[in-house]
Amino acid sequence: MFAFTIRRLLFAIPTLLAISFIIFAILDLAPSDPTGNLPLTISPEVRAQIRSSLGLDEPFPIRYLLWLKQFFINEPLNLIEGWTGWTLGDGERMRVTSWATRSPVVDLIIERMPQTLWVVGMSQVIAIVIAVPIGVISAYKQYSWFDQIGTFVSMVGFSIPTFFTGLVFIVLFSVHLQWFPSIYDTNHVIDSWDSFVFQIKQMIMPTMVLALATAAQLSRYMRASMLDNLQQDYVRTARAKGLTERVVVMIHVLRNSMIPVVTVIALNIPTIFGGAIITEQIFRVNGIGQLLIIGIQGADIPLVQTLTFIFAVLIVLFNLIADVLYGILDPRIRYE
Amino acid sequence: MRDTIAPLLDVAQLKTVFHTRSGAVHAVNSVSFSVAPGELVGVVGESGSGKSVTMMSLMNLLPRSAEIVGGEVLFEGRDVRAMNRAELLRLRGRDVGFVFQDPMTSLNPVFTVGRQITERLRKHMNMSKAEAKMRAAELLSLVGISDAARRLQDYPHQFSGGMRQRVVIAIALACDPKLLIADEPTTALDVTIQAQIIALVRDLRQKLDMGIVWITHDLGVVAGIADRVIVMYAGQIVEQGPVRELFARPQHPYTRALLETLPSVTGARSERLRTIEGQPPSLGGAPDRCPFAPRCAHTFGRCLTENPQRIEVGGGHDVACWWDPQTGEMRHV
Repeated sequence: MFAFTIRRLLFAIPTLLAISFIIFAILDLAPSDPTGNLPLTISPEVRAQIRSSLGLDEPFPIRYLLWLKQFFINEPLNLIEGWTGWTLGDGERMRVTSWATRSPVVDLIIERMPQTLWVVGMSQVIAIVIAVPIGVISAYKQYSWFDQIGTFVSMVGFSIPTFFTGLVFIVLFSVHLQWFPSIYDTNHVIDSWDSFVFQIKQMIMPTMVLALATAAQLSRYMRASMLDNLQQDYVRTARAKGLTERVVVMIHVLRNSMIPVVTVIALNIPTIFGGAIITEQIFRVNGIGQLLIIGIQGADIPLVQTLTFIFAVLIVLFNLIADVLYGILDPRIRYE
Repeated sequence: MRDTIAPLLDVAQLKTVFHTRSGAVHAVNSVSFSVAPGELVGVVGESGSGKSVTMMSLMNLLPRSAEIVGGEVLFEGRDVRAMNRAELLRLRGRDVGFVFQDPMTSLNPVFTVGRQITERLRKHMNMSKAEAKMRAAELLSLVGISDAARRLQDYPHQFSGGMRQRVVIAIALACDPKLLIADEPTTALDVTIQAQIIALVRDLRQKLDMGIVWITHDLGVVAGIADRVIVMYAGQIVEQGPVRELFARPQHPYTRALLETLPSVTGARSERLRTIEGQPPSLGGAPDRCPFAPRCAHTFGRCLTENPQRIEVGGGHDVACWWDPQTGEMRHV
């Protein structure tokens, strides 16, 4: 297993290099101009100077290599310096800089990360906590009223997009009932019980909108997997041993049913970091998703490049984690 | 002898129905039989004759679509159908062992073999972890698995088919059951492994003195190990008797046909294997006639209007048929 993990990590390097090249090339081919948003009164000569100062007059391969160096060497070194307080070398390095804000992209991302992790991450946790029991009970009591209602709610959650449920929530709970604020206040500081309650209140709506969509999907996987396993012969063997239904279902069947579901959950985790673009936009949560939208709208190529590439890294990483988890949960799968 | 000892298991008029979209299927129809302590009863019949469903009905291990609609199951005089949940679990756990057909799927793939044995011991024999482990290793050596203590940590997929069936048998024997129900335990195995498993059960039976119900469609196996044979057809018992008696004087046309289908070792090679013409009947609707009548060579008018009851023909041998093979005429009952 250890050797397998190391080998897979090494394999990830060429994969990620290829992905970084594709992302860089596609964004470079896109007909965008970093000076496009500037006032028309600025003359073409000045525009050319601005472009040259952004390094855009270098040929494509040079720019790609420089970006690689900035991203893979300069930024990690900078992070290490930030964490440890050491100074590596002279501490002066070119960083990946946003064209729009002129601040380093990584700093922007670190600024945005907590909101996204809180809201989107919490929604995933809630989704799992809701979906697993619903899936188990739905499968165990197949075609019961519980299962029928669960199926209906899942279908609703599955088929209605988050921008719609988000607006319905806002109209219902913010406008009419006035229970929760419709806009997420990022500057809110938790320093007392009341401010903590406010933080919970402002998190509830975006979290529940996302949790509903994810739970709908997960509970279907869970139900299908449980149904599949409940019909297996080993369940009859377990019952024949005189084990209680609780042990048969919650230990024997659940452990087997979790195998595919855990994979789905692990593959879902990169989307937590990626942010829920639409939901963040609706509730004004200034997280990663919103940052990406702003970057795209402002033709902020370095920002978009870096964010997209970080998503790619996370996806490759969690694919590997899913495979390793699969091997841990299912003894029949051993990677040599 | 059968009458002098109280039976271990006594089943009377058991009826099990499957609820399907196309209506009720009468999978087990008024089945009555008993098993004495230490006796090995072979149950034969073709696929779909209700052998397995009958045995699953005994301890209520039926799939959700099946329902027991009538009859009585007495285990050592206790009414199994009237038991509460805890009593039933205790009966399943302590007194009865099950061995199922396919050893490839009847063990849980994600738990070690040791855990699957000790789980039962700890629940029903109140053993500590260490005691249960020792006992599990003993059981594995009892069923002929070498290096037992180490193999407890292995997962089912690390065993071959025959070895897995030995593990299933070890689980079944864990709590010293009084009754072992083996549902086609050798069908999924190849012939040499099959012979080993049969030898193992024969050996264990002498060591442990338990009643065994052995379901199979292989008459050869039954002839080799059973004390008594039950022949099932279309959810009913059509003939029942001591093994020698039944093989020497088969009464029911179905039993006779079954025996004729056995290939002979001495017969000419070129001869085609014999078959029983036709298909078993579908089991929808309560039977008001002999289910074998459409395939039978000796059908009377009465066979089509009245389902024969089992009649004693001497020597603990009974048959459910209107035709009398001695005279070739209808029985006068």
